[in-house]
Amino acid sequence: MRILKAIVAHPTGRIGAAIIAIYLLLAVCGYFGFTPHDPLQQFRVDRLKPPSSSYLMGTDLFGRDTASRLMAGIGQSFIIAFASVGLATLLGTIIGLLAGWWGGLLDGVFMRSMDMLLAFPAILLALLIIAIVGPGTATSVVAIAAVYTPIFARVVRGPVLTLKRRDFVDAARTFGSSQGYILSRHMLLNLVAPLTVQVTLALAWALLTEAGLSFLGLGTQPPAPSLGLMMSEARNLMQQAPWLLAFPGLTIMLGILGFNLFGDALRDILDPRSQGRSS
Amino acid sequence: MTPLLRVRELKVGFGRKADANPVVKGVSFDLEAGQTLAIVGESGSGKSVTALSINRLVDFGGGKIVGGSMAFARPDGSVLDIASADESALTGIRGREIGMIFQEPMTSLNPVHTVGAQIEEAFRLNRGLGGAAAQAAAREALERVRIPDAAERLRYYPHQLSGGMRQRVMIAMALAGNPRLLIADEPTTALDVTVQAQIMALLAELKAELDMAMIFITHDMGLVAGIADQIMVMQQGEVVERGPTDAVLDSPQHAYTKHLLEAVPHFRGGAAVRTDRPAEGVRKPVVAVDGLTVRFPIGGGFLARKSGAIHAVEGVTFDLIAGETLAIVGESGSGKSTTARAILGLVAATRGAIQTAPGRSGRPVQMVFQDPFASLNPRLTVESLMAEPAIAAGQRVDARLRERMVFLLERVGLSAEALERYPHQFSGGQRQRLCIARALMLNPDVVVLDEAVSALDVSVQARVLDLLIDLQSEFGLAYLFISHDMAVVERIAHRVAVMYAGEVVEIGAASAVLSQPHHAYTRRLIAAVPEMERRRQRYDVDTTPVPSLIKPKGFEPQPAAWIEVGADHRARVEE
Amino acid sequence: MPYLARRLLTFPLILIGVSLLVFFSIRMIPGDAITAMLGTESGLLTPVQRQALAEYFGIDQPVLVQYGRWLSGVMQGDLGLSVTHGRPVLTIILERFPLTLELALLSMVIALGIGVPAGVLAATQSERPSDVTVRIIAMLGQSTPGFVVGLVIIYVLSVYFGFVPTMGSFVPIWVDPLANLAQLIFPAITLGFAFAASVTRISRASMLDVLSDDYVRTARAKGVPKLSVVWHHALPNALIPVVTLSGVEFGYLLGGAVIVEQIFALPGLGRLTLEAIGQRDYALVQGCVLFIAFNFLIVNLLVDLAYAALDPRIRLGAR
Repeated sequence: MRILKAIVAHPTGRIGAAIIAIYLLLAVCGYFGFTPHDPLQQFRVDRLKPPSSSYLMGTDLFGRDTASRLMAGIGQSFIIAFASVGLATLLGTIIGLLAGWWGGLLDGVFMRSMDMLLAFPAILLALLIIAIVGPGTATSVVAIAAVYTPIFARVVRGPVLTLKRRDFVDAARTFGSSQGYILSRHMLLNLVAPLTVQVTLALAWALLTEAGLSFLGLGTQPPAPSLGLMMSEARNLMQQAPWLLAFPGLTIMLGILGFNLFGDALRDILDPRSQGRSS
Repeated sequence: MTPLLRVRELKVGFGRKADANPVVKGVSFDLEAGQTLAIVGESGSGKSVTALSINRLVDFGGGKIVGGSMAFARPDGSVLDIASADESALTGIRGREIGMIFQEPMTSLNPVHTVGAQIEEAFRLNRGLGGAAAQAAAREALERVRIPDAAERLRYYPHQLSGGMRQRVMIAMALAGNPRLLIADEPTTALDVTVQAQIMALLAELKAELDMAMIFITHDMGLVAGIADQIMVMQQGEVVERGPTDAVLDSPQHAYTKHLLEAVPHFRGGAAVRTDRPAEGVRKPVVAVDGLTVRFPIGGGFLARKSGAIHAVEGVTFDLIAGETLAIVGESGSGKSTTARAILGLVAATRGAIQTAPGRSGRPVQMVFQDPFASLNPRLTVESLMAEPAIAAGQRVDARLRERMVFLLERVGLSAEALERYPHQFSGGQRQRLCIARALMLNPDVVVLDEAVSALDVSVQARVLDLLIDLQSEFGLAYLFISHDMAVVERIAHRVAVMYAGEVVEIGAASAVLSQPHHAYTRRLIAAVPEMERRRQRYDVDTTPVPSLIKPKGFEPQPAAWIEVGADHRARVEE
Repeated sequence: MPYLARRLLTFPLILIGVSLLVFFSIRMIPGDAITAMLGTESGLLTPVQRQALAEYFGIDQPVLVQYGRWLSGVMQGDLGLSVTHGRPVLTIILERFPLTLELALLSMVIALGIGVPAGVLAATQSERPSDVTVRIIAMLGQSTPGFVVGLVIIYVLSVYFGFVPTMGSFVPIWVDPLANLAQLIFPAITLGFAFAASVTRISRASMLDVLSDDYVRTARAKGVPKLSVVWHHALPNALIPVVTLSGVEFGYLLGGAVIVEQIFALPGLGRLTLEAIGQRDYALVQGCVLFIAFNFLIVNLLVDLAYAALDPRIRLGAR
């Protein structure tokens, strides 16, 4: 509650929060089919229509309503982004926590494996996984999670190494507190703040990666609507129907912007040291 | 004759509403050329902000001069009001006419430039020297602050020098422009006491040599006595007392000055030791440490071989008697904290035995740490924090346990309402009280206090010390009191052990060790402690280096030989 | 230099790990190479022909044997034969690499050339209009996917200037520098935009941190002029996070910018890999991925060297 209030008071955090709220609403509507038109329905007579009162954002080559497809696309992107970041957070936290806490060989093996994953550009790693499993929603989730798990592992391991040396952990040891108690109350509880910030920023990146994958035709498969795919389809039509490029482009950009603004505001609030330090 | 600096009604504030809520609320003083003014106060008194206002560095920290004037007499006879001067005029004055040294020598030098380059820059900017002339001047400057092998050290980077060395480099740099005023903002607070004495001696000597005025900021009245001509005492942004050193120290007028002089521990050479020794009779040890050795291997790890070890603690032996305080004093790197941590099992002993008598509970030894901000998990309520030792001991969190929490909280001067609050809602002193209450939850026999009052303001320090003494007799506690501060040790210790470079060099009854030190190091340590009675006195410039703790692989020290100096007083034989 | 020595020693270990990862994950791709290569016509092959082809490409052996052969080949600079191109993998990669390298370098020049001054300016003008402007642009830059920037550039160029970038085949810089630049400048801007945004943000944040450090106060106390405080005292300390970020980004760009290469129809490493995956060209995918990871690790090593050059504490070992 205190944090929500602080976000509302934060000049850019407020904008980010508003964008995310609107997108969440659009995503839910889009996912459950509360759209102006059926996103898959082809109005043959109304192909490539510019924006009008009946088609707010115009129609595509098959006469499908762009606005409805965007809403459904947001729903699809959000599901993949949240699921993949959730998975990456879970795995990354476990790996980072255990590696940082136990150190030694376990740390070496865990973190060197993470380094190996990090040696591949994000899209390439995702490509490899998609090549193995075949494209689809679940694959996108796994592929994006694979990209971000090492990052979360690092984000968690760093603070664990510092927390481990903090006096309150030493104090807990002098009381004879169990490892489970120390890990849950002294470690995890203090990791919540950096993790929240990272999760928000990762959501922005996940949206970006998802859009990229479906732009390459490796994410969501047609005819299902997806933001990246719509951009890719608009490429050859940009001269006749620039709205097909503009609306999905703006939609993706604004969504990512929302999470970036929100994440930066969270960092300002949760980490007083970086007050105003992140643009 | 006009004074060098005349400050009138100076007001400084921070942030957007700088004038509404000033931190410095109307400070006035005069400083004559060649004189030293000491500004004394605790944290939040506005003393550092006042200092930073005089060369207007306060502007860069978000501060703003919101009122008053600072008339500074220039060498050509003109007078500049620093309070209203513009940035280019100030750049010309800084370094050239007003030099400054800071509290943190470890972070005050630029890590990516050599010390030579940094000193040369000062000569280039403020004396117009260049090339070989600047280099020669830098070497002379290092020699003047008594850095051995000056030519060689010019090529060093700051991280290759010790804290004391870095502070000398800072002084050399500040003096490069031959300033007529030097501002020293707590220049020795971060340093060991013997190093502090060296720096103080150096400052006094250079000041006399260069006929330079000085503003010396400190929280330590004892330090003031040795260097100041005038003293100004500040509290919460206001000057409460100002006058010549002798007048302020001998007949303080303001209640706060009296408090600082009387309530705050000052070292008195063993004259202020405790006399409340627990009942004579069977003096049974609760902790017996025999030949404790802790070594940390260097190198070793993923692919490297062990090349040697840091001998942090070497053959330490002592008994802690039930109900008594044994203080371990020493400077940084002496191994005193490692000894404490080994007793608690936080570091593994390489060798030696630590025997603990079975106590009133399963964990008879508890610990209080130095930093009350770091030793309480900020995300837990006081209730959860206090419950932790009990949970670890397998107890249930029930009404009885809560009763004990409230009892202990009240006993250390906090109320039951504290239970629902979080650590950040308490002051440093209150947090340390919380830590003490928590250490008592399991009814221990021994409490290890690792620099437990060092992070507190001086006047808070005194009250926490009194509390500790009360609790000791009430709960029948033995204290192992780790400290670098001789004045504090004098107040609380029954017995004292002096540690130096990992070894105990002298141990015995507090009165004996503090008043008749035998070992050369103990004597040096005691001589370095500032005393109220040593006014404007030259400290000896002593540059004895500390022996390295890093020993090659397989190194074993000679077994120690001891001299019995008195009934309960022995010292290590020196080579 | 124990720090660098340690990095150098772990380098081959990670490389072997990467090669294992690459080799075995490729084997998990469903479908076999011969079917993939010949498409529907593979159904016409007799088992004997199939066997002969498999033997020719060495894919009839047990997986471990294949790995061993491949690895010993790699050691001698032989990455195998591409099934689809019928040429050595290394040759194909080296044909595509100059473009990728040049594109990555250009993007980095753009990113650092804009990002560092903008970040420093914003930090020294903190909270003033110029800072706010820089922050807004950087925020937008970070939030815009490369394909959006690329498509917008193409749209503007083609609709307003009647110019379609990068048609036809790639012209190397040593053949015609101007034509080469005309082909690469827009993709480089596309990549450099987001890259510059990150560099700006991190330069600003790092500079702000450093400007409040004690040694900057010391420099001011000795009368160092403002500009020199920023460039001489603060910047060298503030560059370390910038170097880290640029190194990682550059390392990734050396792996090819799949999406931008796709948009601008550039024959770079990224598209080569994408096509190879699509064609199940084991040897080529393996070669590409290993080459890319190798590049990334080399760049990381260079970043470590850059740290040492920037920070004497790393160079000489911290106390």
